[in-house]
Amino acid sequence: MTAWYQKTAHEIVDALMRGDATSLEVTQSYLDRIAAVDPQVDAYTQVWQDSALTQAEQIDQQLADGNIPGPLTGVPIALKELLCTTDGYTTCASRMLENFQSPYNGTVVRKLAKAGAIFLGKVNMDEFAMGSSTENSAIKKTRNPWNLRCVPGGSSGGSAASVAADCCTFSLGSDTGGSIRQPAALCGCVGLKPTYGRVSRYGLVAFASSLDQIGPLSKDVEDAALALNVICGKDVMDATSADLPVPDFRKALTGEVKGMKIGLPREYFTDALNPEMRELIEKAIDVFKAQGASFIEVSLPHTEYAVAVYYIICTAEASANLARFDGVRYGFRHPDASNVQELYVKSKSEGFGPEVQRRIMLGTYVLSSGYYDAYYLKAQKVRSLIKSDFDNAFAQCDVILTPTSPTQAFEFGAKTADPLEMYLSDIYTISTNLAAIPGISVPCGLTKDGLPAGLQLLGKPFDEATILRAAHCYEQNSGIDLGKAPIA
Amino acid sequence: MSKITKEDVAYVASLAQLELDEAAQERLVHEMGEILNYMDKLNALNTDNVEPMMHALEMSNVFREDVVGKSLPRATALKNAPQHDDEYFIVPKILENDNA
Repeated sequence: MTAWYQKTAHEIVDALMRGDATSLEVTQSYLDRIAAVDPQVDAYTQVWQDSALTQAEQIDQQLADGNIPGPLTGVPIALKELLCTTDGYTTCASRMLENFQSPYNGTVVRKLAKAGAIFLGKVNMDEFAMGSSTENSAIKKTRNPWNLRCVPGGSSGGSAASVAADCCTFSLGSDTGGSIRQPAALCGCVGLKPTYGRVSRYGLVAFASSLDQIGPLSKDVEDAALALNVICGKDVMDATSADLPVPDFRKALTGEVKGMKIGLPREYFTDALNPEMRELIEKAIDVFKAQGASFIEVSLPHTEYAVAVYYIICTAEASANLARFDGVRYGFRHPDASNVQELYVKSKSEGFGPEVQRRIMLGTYVLSSGYYDAYYLKAQKVRSLIKSDFDNAFAQCDVILTPTSPTQAFEFGAKTADPLEMYLSDIYTISTNLAAIPGISVPCGLTKDGLPAGLQLLGKPFDEATILRAAHCYEQNSGIDLGKAPIA
Repeated sequence: MSKITKEDVAYVASLAQLELDEAAQERLVHEMGEILNYMDKLNALNTDNVEPMMHALEMSNVFREDVVGKSLPRATALKNAPQHDDEYFIVPKILENDNA
């Protein structure tokens, strides 16, 4: 029998319902797994052993009393360091917040707890979600379970590595420009970025408010649907959460794509695409064709401008959002300030790491007098064009298929010397956030180096159901089983 | 020539309330210059008749009843403050007094 820690969330719920295991046994299995392999992977920044076991005992009691807490009964999960929890710390992997204890729980955390999920702890990330490799964490270095010399991707690198190492069933991450989908691809997991507004951002420490979205990283598509069912919906605490009906996303997983029209954007399949990635994507296309989907070429003509637009908008929004960390109400305060101006300056300069400072600088520059029109306003206009590209493409197809990442997981330090090169690793994912549409990454095989690759499916606004259905059908019919990451 | 000078970097740092040492300033002149050069590719596009996308979702105003809700207890709100006196956040002197 496979160990509990190797199972998916839906398998664990089913087992608990049948009485095949107790929540305590399952939770202990994960805690033991974390103790055994996390010292190599270093995904966890906080392990909440005691509260996890207490939660598990409560679940067992509820089950014994004939009550079913919810759709995630007894499911052990991990949370990214930027999700506010009254338990433990919410550090954003930054020195700025190393001692911050949130006075409230984020909406997603509250919903997960109500659904019966068990919190194993928190996982690492790039500081304030700024990065594509988790190397910008001020806490620790997280390794890719498939090859410990490689990065797990980012910014939700701890979320992806913890799932790939079987150290949780699923985890929550956040995605501003690919931060769920890219690490999911590099670690061989499923990663779902919902439509902007589908999931409340209340209790998500803000990076770029018009782009940020919370979503799950999981071992299979069914768990992604299960997690989305629980976390989505209108929330009075987030005025940008959408007041739209929420379908049961699991019901979308029919296993069929017959008649589905899938668009292939010609701008994503250029000579710049690594041949190995291209080959894996072409094999995936054959799987969809065999299941009755049809393909058409579509065009997203403003694709080449997306990275420039993204790094103007996200840095501008970040510079405004991060201005709140001034050493007064919470966060790091520099001890040597003699007046309040010095307090702000010294606290920010010592509290924020180099990448965060670089983005604050860029964002301040593009918003500053004389440059606002040339950069920020221009970027917002081109963002409109990028959004229109998707509207036009989706007039011709149901979903769009692309690679998730231009490369497999890279070695530590490979891109840290050149910020622009690191920024270009988001090239296939950032347009999704600019257009505010949903996207999912699903594993599509291993490269010659034995590292995972992912394909990305993009959907119409609020049509997560269709991309989940396509992803699930692919997963069930591709014959691809990456197996387990080769850690102990 | 770089898009941005050391003086520009120093000015932006003052706006951003950041203190950068010489090495960081030099580095940012180079890095920001390179990134801003890359961003200049947007100038190749004519956007004269394009509306800026100000919001991620097309939403009209979101209203709610203006009623008093529950707010954080003072002790909880002060819990993370680096310095407080149980009633207020405490900061160093704000106004310099020349006559003091």
